[in-house]
Amino acid sequence: MSGYLEGVLVLLAVNVVFAYGGFLPLAAGQLNLGLAGFAAIGAYASAYLSNVFKLPPLVAIVFAGIVAGVVALIVAVPVLRTRGIYLALATFALGQIVQAIILNLEVVGGAAGYPVAAFIRLPAIAATATVVVALVWLLFATRFGIAVTAVHDDETVADLMGIDVRAFQVAAFALGSAIAGVGGGLYAHHFSFIEAQYFNISLSITIVLYVLLGGTQTVIGPLLGAAVFTLLPEVLRASANWRYVAFAAALIVLMALRPEGLVTGAQLRRLLGLARAQPRHAAVAAALPKEPSG
Amino acid sequence: MSATDPILRLESVSKHFGGLRVVEDLNLAVRRGVRTALIGPNGAGKTTVFNLITGVFPVDAGRILLDGVDITAAPSHLRIGHGIARSFQNIRLMPHLSTLENVMVGQHCRNRGVRGVLQPVNLVPRNRWREAARAALVDAGLIEYERSTVGNLPYGVQKRIELVRALMAQPRLLLLDEPAAGLNPAETEALQAQLEKICSGGLTVLVVEHDMHFVGALCEDVIVLDFGRKIAEGSPEDIRRNPLVQEIYLGAPVAQPMERHSARSA
Repeated sequence: MSGYLEGVLVLLAVNVVFAYGGFLPLAAGQLNLGLAGFAAIGAYASAYLSNVFKLPPLVAIVFAGIVAGVVALIVAVPVLRTRGIYLALATFALGQIVQAIILNLEVVGGAAGYPVAAFIRLPAIAATATVVVALVWLLFATRFGIAVTAVHDDETVADLMGIDVRAFQVAAFALGSAIAGVGGGLYAHHFSFIEAQYFNISLSITIVLYVLLGGTQTVIGPLLGAAVFTLLPEVLRASANWRYVAFAAALIVLMALRPEGLVTGAQLRRLLGLARAQPRHAAVAAALPKEPSG
Repeated sequence: MSATDPILRLESVSKHFGGLRVVEDLNLAVRRGVRTALIGPNGAGKTTVFNLITGVFPVDAGRILLDGVDITAAPSHLRIGHGIARSFQNIRLMPHLSTLENVMVGQHCRNRGVRGVLQPVNLVPRNRWREAARAALVDAGLIEYERSTVGNLPYGVQKRIELVRALMAQPRLLLLDEPAAGLNPAETEALQAQLEKICSGGLTVLVVEHDMHFVGALCEDVIVLDFGRKIAEGSPEDIRRNPLVQEIYLGAPVAQPMERHSARSA
């Protein structure tokens, strides 16, 4: 396999993991613009664990995910008190704080960046990404998926139906942050060098765009969004300097045509041939008395 | 008199929004196993009473007792676990869930805790909660919409799905906020049949409704609110003859006797 192809596929796998980190809070109706911060926590924690404690990379990455998740749990209490645009701003600030702390943390290299000794290749990264996707898919096939969607759709009614809205929001936020941490760990151990500047707001926004474009309603959406987002710029490489213009234009067209994302729940049910729904007019027509003929 | 002991009691309940006294020193009791209607002009505070009972808003004064237990301070998401389920004046189904999943939302209060939440309802086709929800849809004659996106369904069907969802909580007390509003006569009839079936099991129902025919056919007790105060209570016949109620709510003295729908006698 060429180095270029492996590089693209690694990036694809890492981006897919990031996308699920963004998907969980978005599925519960929360915009987390601090994902890059949690990815950074995961990247640095895993690098530190494998550099200093000589943990195997994959073990270090799992621990790093837990660290990111625990940090998210702690900050969720004040941050998730805000909502809407304020939540977006609070999480954005959170990402900035993490970045600033790392820049001043000499033990992991500060502004000079942090080299990572251990190295993992595509198979391990792809396998980890597959496990993450499978776990999220399994989780959303339980009552958790229904409850989170209910919280997303109507907080008041979800609450009156006995769903602890806040608990599910915190859980989605923390799980998503843990997944972003795993993505950061994968990134660190393949590219062998991490610096705080990489985990900036544009990474957070890119992750959120994967999910919004792929669709927040189905577990397949983020996968598709991350794939399109990672591969499209590569395909457009032929157009050299214009590729980002073409890419941005393609995004705007996509958003205009499919405002709820590439894949929606209703569409998926239709595609799988599961929907027995009649269109409204047909259902009404069937209930009407037949007109006498002739 | 255990048969007539109240399942729900509001004691001197008040709720003000700013200077607006929406509910004022309200005392009411809902008898166990009885269908009670809450009626009154627009703005009388009927939906607010529902919102106070279910905990959407805290009360400013007074107590709410369910089966003698004070639930005034209980958090709203725990009240359904006490046995209070409700429907909404404007349909409040989850637009991104299928009909079956919406119905399964109603089971949530019986599945709290990690194990309940991790029930693989959409993974195992024969999951017992999924089967129970399907059975409820079959009972209600709605199984054909099982996998439909709820937003595309006719209004009357959505109202009935909401009712099935509330029943999945296995409530002791069911609050219905204008169940017949916006329905055509055929849909009203279907809803009424569904309600008769539910009530025959002895469930206590408190219903806000404007359709007096519907109230007369379904309910045994009527409570009349006006400006947040109770102005009358009694059987539908008593209420119809009450001059005060006629004046402020029913309008002109009513000439025709209230029809009793045949389903009632069944």
